[in-house]
Amino acid sequence: MNAVTTHREPILAIEHVAVHFGGLIAISDMNFEVGEGELVSLIGPNGAGKTTAFHVITGFLKPTKGRVMFRGTSLNGLKPHEVTSLGLVRTFQRTSVFDKISVFENVLIGLHRRTAASLFGTLLSLPKERHAEAELREKAWEILKLVGIDHQADELGGSLPYGDQRLLGVALGLAADPSALLLDEPVSGMNATETARFVNLLNKLRERGKTILLVEHDMPMVMGVSDRIVVLNYGRIIANGTPTEIQNDPEVIQAYLGQGVKHA
Amino acid sequence: MKRLLPYLAVAFFASVPLWLQDQYFLHTLVVSGIFMLAAMSLNLLLGYTGQLSLGHVAFFGIGAYVSALTSLGFSISIFGYQITHEPWPAVVGVILGTIVAGLCGYLIGKLAFRVRGAYFVIVTISFAEVVRLVALNWVELTNGPLALPGIPPLTIGFEWTGYATLWGKAQNYYVVLAAIVLAYVIIKRLVYSPYGRAMIALRENETLAMSVGVSVTKYLVLAAIVAGAMAGTAGGLYAHYIQIIDPMVFMFLNTVTMVIMVITGGKGTLAGPIVGGLIFGIAPVVLRSYVGPELQWILYGLLMILIVFVLPDGIVPAIERWFGRTSESAGDRRSLTLETSKASQS
Repeated sequence: MNAVTTHREPILAIEHVAVHFGGLIAISDMNFEVGEGELVSLIGPNGAGKTTAFHVITGFLKPTKGRVMFRGTSLNGLKPHEVTSLGLVRTFQRTSVFDKISVFENVLIGLHRRTAASLFGTLLSLPKERHAEAELREKAWEILKLVGIDHQADELGGSLPYGDQRLLGVALGLAADPSALLLDEPVSGMNATETARFVNLLNKLRERGKTILLVEHDMPMVMGVSDRIVVLNYGRIIANGTPTEIQNDPEVIQAYLGQGVKHA
Repeated sequence: MKRLLPYLAVAFFASVPLWLQDQYFLHTLVVSGIFMLAAMSLNLLLGYTGQLSLGHVAFFGIGAYVSALTSLGFSISIFGYQITHEPWPAVVGVILGTIVAGLCGYLIGKLAFRVRGAYFVIVTISFAEVVRLVALNWVELTNGPLALPGIPPLTIGFEWTGYATLWGKAQNYYVVLAAIVLAYVIIKRLVYSPYGRAMIALRENETLAMSVGVSVTKYLVLAAIVAGAMAGTAGGLYAHYIQIIDPMVFMFLNTVTMVIMVITGGKGTLAGPIVGGLIFGIAPVVLRSYVGPELQWILYGLLMILIVFVLPDGIVPAIERWFGRTSESAGDRRSLTLETSKASQS
């Protein structure tokens, strides 16, 4: 059951990470790996430390102890944009898109990491820079089509329906050309149709070999898409295994449903 | 039509000295243009990165003093060493003023962007005040409150073309016009490039911008350098046009004028500071014959409040929205979003 290592080559390794906020222990000791091309879900009750884990992995928070390794590089002390430049990109739970900017330009901003324009070339409007800009626009359309919101390219990010906003959030993440994508509750608040669309997108991404780490509350979806599930409770990992293993794990059932009737 | 508008505007303003008889009004346009240039540079910071610099006049003043001192020459002693500088041509002064103001933009950017919002505003105000006090008290260099008089006007030309000294108002008018056009092109290319998009992303949502790989410091500092350098150019042009400067150029009121130009015209739009600059540059002259200066300031205050209440985005976005509604395409797209050209849609 507690198969902490994976069969695949690990791309992301969280090594004994602990996060303390003063006296509060948000994460006590977290240790797991994500393999290349794998889809791993991080689940747990509210307040279990899932989002904190995301913050640590992507450089928004410094771990109190331990370290995060990505493709053999330690991420400790790196700034968020430096983590992104290594190819590890996240989406956000709430503020996932630029509200007042059109969908198309949202993705163009997301493409920032693939921009090669030099400052002087830009100011002189050299052919190389204009060519690069045209390529970026091409790329943005590709991503919008992949995610399935290309027909809304001219809308403002904030005016999209909720489900589409989450898709745009993923498009922004994808634009940054990640080898590993971290999705923070991407389907929360989505209806069944929207969730189905999202699962469809996840499958497309997996076909392209993207490694995905997912934080999610929607259990049917998590059970359906994950290769492996890591369960967090009170800042520590209580289970790590395939969806079937997790569903039958007594500690997980207790964490989610309480002690059960035998004490009643 | 919208594409042609900038060219039409340049053509119109280029023709002004040909038919305008009133030399005083032409002088007003030159000074307005110089402040417009400074407002355009402020707009890059305030409008595109969203950081309010209330010490912007410092860059303007540094540009003015560096340019003036370069062309006047000076002799000072620091720690017993005598440093003497022979006068250089005024054009070199303006270029040096631009560079030094840009360097100050880099330093202030590096220091001040560790904090944001209100704290950034306070740091920039303090910076302007420090620079003002230096200009006021380093009498050996700046002549202090006695001012630096006799600054030579700009001289343009090369050895093989002969030199022309710009004494007249119309000549200076064209220099300022050229500077504004150049600044407009620079800002436009910057804003519609990945650099500008990164700045706008930081303004809209810093956390999200970081997560797609935008380096906060890099782009805020870049904006500060460009804005500082442009304000420095404006200061240099001012010094050689007015031909006398004193520490009063660092007046807080000058910063306020720039901010008002940007906000009423429309921050975060290319034309905003130009429209705002024209209104608040010309208004004092037009109003002068009807109302006294004290009443004028009250009127500006009221106008400012009115514009902020009625057109919170400024004049330019309001006009764009109005035309967008009457024509067809633009819809309810706000000025905040950049143009969305679908040129490469295949």
